[in-house]
Amino acid sequence: MKKNWWKGVTVLLLLYTAIAGFLLPVPRLAVLHESIRNLYFHVPMWFGMIVILGTSVFRSMQYLRQPSPRLDVLAHESAKTGILMGVLGLATGSLWAKYTWGAWWTPDPRLNGAAVAMLIYGAYLVLRGSFRDEQQRARISAIYNIFAFAAAIPLLFVLPRLSGPSLHPGQTGNPGFSSYDLDSTMRLVFYPAVLGWILFAFWLTQVSSRLTFLQLKSDEN
Amino acid sequence: MLHEISTLLAKDFRLEWRQRAALGGLLLYVGSTVFVSFLSFSLRGGTPPAPAWNALFWVILLFAAVNAVAKGFMQESAGQRLYYYTLVRPQAVILAKMLYNALLLLIVALLGLLLYTIFLGNPIQDISLFLANLVLGAVGFATTLTLVSGIAAKAGGNGATLMAVLGFPVMVPMLLLLIKVSKNALDGLDWSVSQGSVLTLVALNMIVAATSYLLFPFLWRG
Repeated sequence: MKKNWWKGVTVLLLLYTAIAGFLLPVPRLAVLHESIRNLYFHVPMWFGMIVILGTSVFRSMQYLRQPSPRLDVLAHESAKTGILMGVLGLATGSLWAKYTWGAWWTPDPRLNGAAVAMLIYGAYLVLRGSFRDEQQRARISAIYNIFAFAAAIPLLFVLPRLSGPSLHPGQTGNPGFSSYDLDSTMRLVFYPAVLGWILFAFWLTQVSSRLTFLQLKSDEN
Repeated sequence: MLHEISTLLAKDFRLEWRQRAALGGLLLYVGSTVFVSFLSFSLRGGTPPAPAWNALFWVILLFAAVNAVAKGFMQESAGQRLYYYTLVRPQAVILAKMLYNALLLLIVALLGLLLYTIFLGNPIQDISLFLANLVLGAVGFATTLTLVSGIAAKAGGNGATLMAVLGFPVMVPMLLLLIKVSKNALDGLDWSVSQGSVLTLVALNMIVAATSYLLFPFLWRG
């Protein structure tokens, strides 16, 4: 019970996000109107994705130093959770774009970056699928995981700064949230939402990893 | 270390020269792609507009690069790899391979540019910036694809497809920067406009080379 307190926190935070996110007052802005509430869902999902993908790379590094099937499963399941969070982020972002910008997809460096991240992790899954030998699969997919993350993910943060003006908020200069019209009521929901979705990503990874461990165990017997 | 690298580099060039068919095939691949583009554009009369010229040039180079680098690790048998393993450090192998691929791609890129100029015209206004960008592109493609080809070679089977699947997403950020600087060179914009992108490209090349250098020993151990 002691170890599981954070799951209770996750449930409370996400419930709070859903209730307060839809009921608390938000600033009335042109074009955005009530759709600004999507900020509580879309942006925290990206935070969750980056954190869980970072965890996946960390597990892969640990694997290369000290190979064990456990670390490989953790890296794989973290990457899968990252893909799920990424797809959710893309879906919420795409909906938001449709109602504010008028199109599902725009040629924006951030959107393209998100698509590239999804392609990389799709390639990671394809690579895993093309090995028979478990040890070789674990080692080589760990290498690709680290390499692709190092080569592409940091650029997703750099490229939007280099490119010109865009519809996506926080584009020129500092792409943080202080530049965004985030008033104090919105912060009250936004920060708990970020924490909630990150914890949710870890929880999901833990559950799916346990399932895989059990499957591995039953395969042995 | 330097001695090992130079020996491996000389070996790769000698092998390439002995199997001239592979090199000839690569050049013919670039040549026929450019010719097909020329035929397609000549239907509408004359040379393509500058943005199309630019995009097509980099797409041709990208595919030529995948084909050129793909054979590097795949043509070596497992026995050959084991033999190298007993002789040299893995770091020397990856550095020599990256250097060799960079030189090979630079040659392919320059020949491609020459053919391109002959058939599709040359709208470049700032040739020095374009060439500097081309060098960065050749080095960047080589460093990225070398490790990817090593990974794909381990997976066996459909190596070339796997290489495209694994390599393209990783290369997209680099490709975007290259095409942007290349467009600036075509338009003859001042160097200060491209400065940020060029520096990012240099940094990206160094990140990719450093991670390949660190990761390759793990790839080789198997």
